[in-house]
Amino acid sequence: MTPRETYTNIFVESFGVDASALDERFVYQCVPTWDSVGHMSMIAALEDAFDIALEVDDIVDFSSFTKGMDILGKYGVNL
Amino acid sequence: MSASAMLPDLADLLAMDPYGLPAADKAARLGQILEQLTAWHREHCPPYQRMLTVLGEAIARGPGLAAVPFLPVRVFKDMDLSSVDPGQVVKTLTSSGTSGQAVSRIYLDRETAALQSKVLARLMASLLGQQRHPMLVIDTPSVLKDRTAFSARGAGILGFSLFGRDVTYALDDNMQLDLPRIDAFLEKHRDAPRIFLFGFTYMVWRHLVQPLATLGRQLPLERGVLLHGGGWKKLADEAVPPASFRAALAERCGLERVVDYYGMVEQTGSIHLACGQGHLHAPVFSDVVMRDPRDFAPLPPGRRGLIEVLSVLPRSYPGHALLTDDLGTLRGEDDCPCGRLGRYFTVEGRAPRAEARGCSDTYAAPG
Repeated sequence: MTPRETYTNIFVESFGVDASALDERFVYQCVPTWDSVGHMSMIAALEDAFDIALEVDDIVDFSSFTKGMDILGKYGVNL
Repeated sequence: MSASAMLPDLADLLAMDPYGLPAADKAARLGQILEQLTAWHREHCPPYQRMLTVLGEAIARGPGLAAVPFLPVRVFKDMDLSSVDPGQVVKTLTSSGTSGQAVSRIYLDRETAALQSKVLARLMASLLGQQRHPMLVIDTPSVLKDRTAFSARGAGILGFSLFGRDVTYALDDNMQLDLPRIDAFLEKHRDAPRIFLFGFTYMVWRHLVQPLATLGRQLPLERGVLLHGGGWKKLADEAVPPASFRAALAERCGLERVVDYYGMVEQTGSIHLACGQGHLHAPVFSDVVMRDPRDFAPLPPGRRGLIEVLSVLPRSYPGHALLTDDLGTLRGEDDCPCGRLGRYFTVEGRAPRAEARGCSDTYAAPG
């Protein structure tokens, strides 16, 4: 699986959405499952999958599907 | 009304040392920000505007920050107060406060919620550094089961779990200490320099310390930093003073760093952390005023009164100046031996009903 596929799959599984819904309009709290609980479990899944540890500010700023890609880039995960 | 109220810019506060602003500078900056918030909420929350008009001088007694008009915190139990359109509300926090009473409802928009997280992150960094550490929550995972309606307990756990990783719950669904899970967690993280523990004061005592004592067990948590809050009232009822609480944690868990905090769901984010002297410190984002329960006049250091909390964060609801039902004493300002600047204080429990009734009756009227 490519890193991009892993990233997409984590969103699909964490929030129960179709991959086709994932673009720059897929933002925090746009679906009921992306609430604060869903957010923390999605972050934990990303950290496990890519073996990284995000800083607090990056977790707070992780506000959309596309913004998340930029943030992971800082940790050497190129999507 | 004149020109539209503007929301304050908090960028410079977020960039500075949260305990680095001397009294005069802090009073000037916070005074300006809180004044902007008062104007904002007057314009955007009609019931707030009406309350200020009716209550007038009674709620803005004193010089400096004490001149900011305050609401009694319980008003959020009696009224729906919001300064944004319902469509902008992304999260509603609720708290029951004292059991049996009505529930507070705090409406957050995206910006207020994000500011709360950012400020909490600044304060937690002073405690834990920038890193996120393995986290043990002294509670049960079932407090988060109903995602649409968190208790204040659930919201607190979730808010603080931002600062942990591999968040693990120490209690099972029946509130029993889950020793196999804790042992596995500690084994997994045996090389971690620090373990972050979080729990409500009463839960830590009743569901961690007491079971360990009964079992004659100890946990190797010398690397731990325990953050606990939620008040001492239940423990005071069991006659457990803070010193015994700390001593038991040192004995049972080797825990030396035990940090109390004072905060409430009505001002999430801008919490007051205790230093090694046992003093709660107001960071640059908040302040406290102790008020005489009889006439709300601000009290000097050393005199016990009702705690008023001021916070620069509430934008989507008029909660920037709130008089609590808690009793506390201002201990000083800028001169705590720990080196932190700002006011520092202690909390001594909850006001007896009769003492607080004067204000709640006053404020019940306009609702």
